Amino acid sequence: MRGTFVVIGLLMSILAQATPVNPVEMPNDTLKARYYDLIAELRCPQCLNTNLAGSDAMIAQNLRETVRRLLLEGKTDAEIRTFLFERYGDFILYDPRWTPQTWLLWGTPFLFAVLGLWIWFRINQRAYQGPKALDPEEQDKLKQLLDKG
Amino acid sequence: MSKPSVLIPIVVFAALVALLGFGFRLSDPRLLPSENLGEPIPAFQLPNLLTGRLMTEADLTGEPFLLNVWATWCPSCVAEHDALTAIHTQYGVKIIGVNYNDDVDAARRWLEQLGDPYAFHVVDAEGTLAVDLGVYGAPETFVVNAEGTILYRHVGVVTEGVYQDTLATYLAQDSMGGS
Amino acid sequence: MIVELGHFCLVIACVLAGLQMVLPSVGLFRGNLLLINTGRSLASGVFLFTVLSFCALTYAFLTNDFSVAYVARNSNTLLPWQYQFSAVWGAHEGSFLLWTLVMSTWTLLVANFSKPLSDEFRARVLIVMAGLSVGFYLFLLLTSNPFERTLPFYPSEGADLNPLLQDFGLIVHPPLLYMGYVGLAVPFAFAIASLWSNQLDVSWARWSRPWTNAAWAFLTLGITLGSWWAYYELGWGGWWFWDAVENASFMPWLIATALIHSLAATEKRGVFKSWTVLLAVFGFSFSLLGAFLVRSGILTSVHAFAVDAERGQAILWFITIVIGGSLTLYSLRAWNLKSVVGFDKSGRENFILANNLLLTISAAVILVGTLYPLAYEALNDGAKISVGPPYFNAVFVPLMLPLLVLMAFSQRSQWAATDLRVLVYGQGRLLAGSTVLGVGVALLLGALDLWICGIATLAFWLTLNLGMELRRRVKGRQAPWRRLLKQPLAVWSMVIGHFGIAVVALGIVSAVMMSEETDLRMAPGDTATVGDLEVKFLGTEAVQGPNYLSDQGRLEVYRAGQLLAVLQPEKRRYLASQSIMTEADILVRFAGDIYVALGEPLSEGAWAVRIHIKPLVRLIWIGGVLIGLSGFLSLLDRRYRVRSVLREKKISERQGSETAYV
Repeated sequence: MRGTFVVIGLLMSILAQATPVNPVEMPNDTLKARYYDLIAELRCPQCLNTNLAGSDAMIAQNLRETVRRLLLEGKTDAEIRTFLFERYGDFILYDPRWTPQTWLLWGTPFLFAVLGLWIWFRINQRAYQGPKALDPEEQDKLKQLLDKG
Repeated sequence: MSKPSVLIPIVVFAALVALLGFGFRLSDPRLLPSENLGEPIPAFQLPNLLTGRLMTEADLTGEPFLLNVWATWCPSCVAEHDALTAIHTQYGVKIIGVNYNDDVDAARRWLEQLGDPYAFHVVDAEGTLAVDLGVYGAPETFVVNAEGTILYRHVGVVTEGVYQDTLATYLAQDSMGGS
Repeated sequence: MIVELGHFCLVIACVLAGLQMVLPSVGLFRGNLLLINTGRSLASGVFLFTVLSFCALTYAFLTNDFSVAYVARNSNTLLPWQYQFSAVWGAHEGSFLLWTLVMSTWTLLVANFSKPLSDEFRARVLIVMAGLSVGFYLFLLLTSNPFERTLPFYPSEGADLNPLLQDFGLIVHPPLLYMGYVGLAVPFAFAIASLWSNQLDVSWARWSRPWTNAAWAFLTLGITLGSWWAYYELGWGGWWFWDAVENASFMPWLIATALIHSLAATEKRGVFKSWTVLLAVFGFSFSLLGAFLVRSGILTSVHAFAVDAERGQAILWFITIVIGGSLTLYSLRAWNLKSVVGFDKSGRENFILANNLLLTISAAVILVGTLYPLAYEALNDGAKISVGPPYFNAVFVPLMLPLLVLMAFSQRSQWAATDLRVLVYGQGRLLAGSTVLGVGVALLLGALDLWICGIATLAFWLTLNLGMELRRRVKGRQAPWRRLLKQPLAVWSMVIGHFGIAVVALGIVSAVMMSEETDLRMAPGDTATVGDLEVKFLGTEAVQGPNYLSDQGRLEVYRAGQLLAVLQPEKRRYLASQSIMTEADILVRFAGDIYVALGEPLSEGAWAVRIHIKPLVRLIWIGGVLIGLSGFLSLLDRRYRVRSVLREKKISERQGSETAYV
């Protein structure tokens, strides 16, 4: 079943591959810019990994229209994200929300950065031990290798 | 590097392999969990496909039913039509259709040709009800209890097997525990 | 018949690779030089039979042999021949055959261009590579046989190659990318061989450097080309989406970039020995992880092959054995390794350390972001989450900014310790100059945006520092210009590579911040104003291609009343699959691409039309190509040609003449 589903999914994605062009009428450029930004950061729930802007799937068309309607109703970006989140869950947001389950996701880059800085400082703290050339043993080995060539 | 730290890479790697291995046990990455289980059918005001009368969510309550989202442009919907007919005739299940983003005339012709096991259909021409239901691709089928609460969602083609294995259980659960 | 021969050749190649692993091992155990050296000749055999097998599959494609299941799924009689040819690697089975072909090519090259290595060491490297090959062949034969027949009932027509792949991009992108992915097996094999023989000295670093540079250069070109292909083929003007599969190619690139730097430090200064070995293992691990992600289906991606959990599990087992084994070996050997810091804070080593930390952290962060949805689902009872471009941009860019700054500074650093006066000489003036240039570029682009000013300034600062370093090398000498040309190619490679980074950075910030995108409804005769351009839509006409029907639009682009170009974007319907494809048309200008794509036909002959203006977007790929070329340039450096000099020396010594030591 899973196999079939994936195959069907692929087929759908191929059929939906003609990238949509969304000539929307918006009262002003700010709203238009917000519209394009929103449909770029929301994920098409049916597709393989595409945003609403990039999918021709029926549901993506509906959701683009939904975004447009909500914008015209005067909703804020946050309200629109919440509206869609309530219906499609975290999956639809390409920008993960900050929740107890995503602390790790947002936290690891900081953790890694701190760790990296710490390693860097620690190595730098150690005394400069003089320009270390190859030790004699290594030089011999290198020479041997070179000679062999 | 101090000695024990040379073990860090292999430990991290083991965790990674465990995670990837676990990935196979997860559900299909393309199946989304439903966000509105346990919640009432969203409010709507949409015309009946055959009569044109405006219907609302209040028209849906009364007995448990299957809410089936379909369209004539959806190839899998043709595939599941026979199964839905069988489920209706054999088990007497009430099925309500949501004709999704469709051409109304094409939809009527489709029902004339293939038969109409549905109690009635609402026309969701703009996909607003579908979006409120969290639909992401037709066909989708919801099990709804007598109070109009969504109990289960099935994505993809309904077969008699799917009905017997899952949908029937949820419908029965409703009548047993149903207040 | 030829198909069966192809299958048989693959079996022979697998057996030969097995022998290539076993015989030299026995030889090493017994000290039998004859057996030890069998690895080299067997490499030719493995290569030969893999080529034959590959040719057989190609033959099946070119002759439309739909009795072969793989051909039937991925080809069609109407498919133009060049795509029938590239369709060989258009899906899982054939692309993995290409993978093994690339692997056997690298093995053959290592076997024949590694004369400076001792027989034992070369044998160990080849044993490791042969071991990997055996795994690849078994995977191919047991789970993904491209030669499987559909007899006795076979289709009279093939299902066709995915139209997205019917493009020049498919002909060149996968081979280049695989040369990079699989090429990372070479430094991996060198690292394992040095761990195995307990020779964690600098020699392995010296000998694996050119191979690493070559693999890295291929990987760079492969990724660059993939990005360019996505840009013109997918029809939405994007060139990077942080998709799982894109990340899977980017992570090994980041690690390989760290590796080529730390290899230099290890070779020149004997530092970071244990770390460099680890990076070599990481680099190839990320290659394998990429293969796993593309072929297992545990993550959704626009680029993934039709997937199969069984194959994914097989690859995961392979990864577990190969990388788990390598890391265990590493832990055992590195346990006793003493590390000494043999450089001053101002030494180039310290910059390379920072470079390595930043690049490795970037790769780790991308790995976490890519796999987080899996962990999330596992820990939250099936709940799903998406981690997309907003996340990756937010975490990746802050890591790249310090890297750019350090890169600018480090160009003038020297090994062990740098005279601080050299390092900071003129930096104030350079920074002032680059700020002027950066702001100038921003003004030319038409926006005093902080990001553009900042990144452009950094890019110019890096470039000026590269210039200063070249100047330092020739200053005060006679005929400085001629001297400049006589700089070692390694120096030029370094300069061009880092200049490429500056170019890419400028391209990215300009394309991201300055793109103008409009989607609009245009009826024939309509004119749209985009930026300083006027675009006139003349309508569409029906055009027939070899295997598709197309609506071809005609749009005239004017600037100040002057006709710049006529663009002809297409909306194609491919006959075999009935799929619809958008073919964008692009006017390439230095100031910025004008990107036009057709959407849906609307009422009254009108169409939905997408018009993008992407200033300096070309710089992304031009820079990428420069970076890739720098890798190849380094291969031509005298240092690597020294071995041929040595060979001559050896010959002349044999002849009894006396030659001075080079």
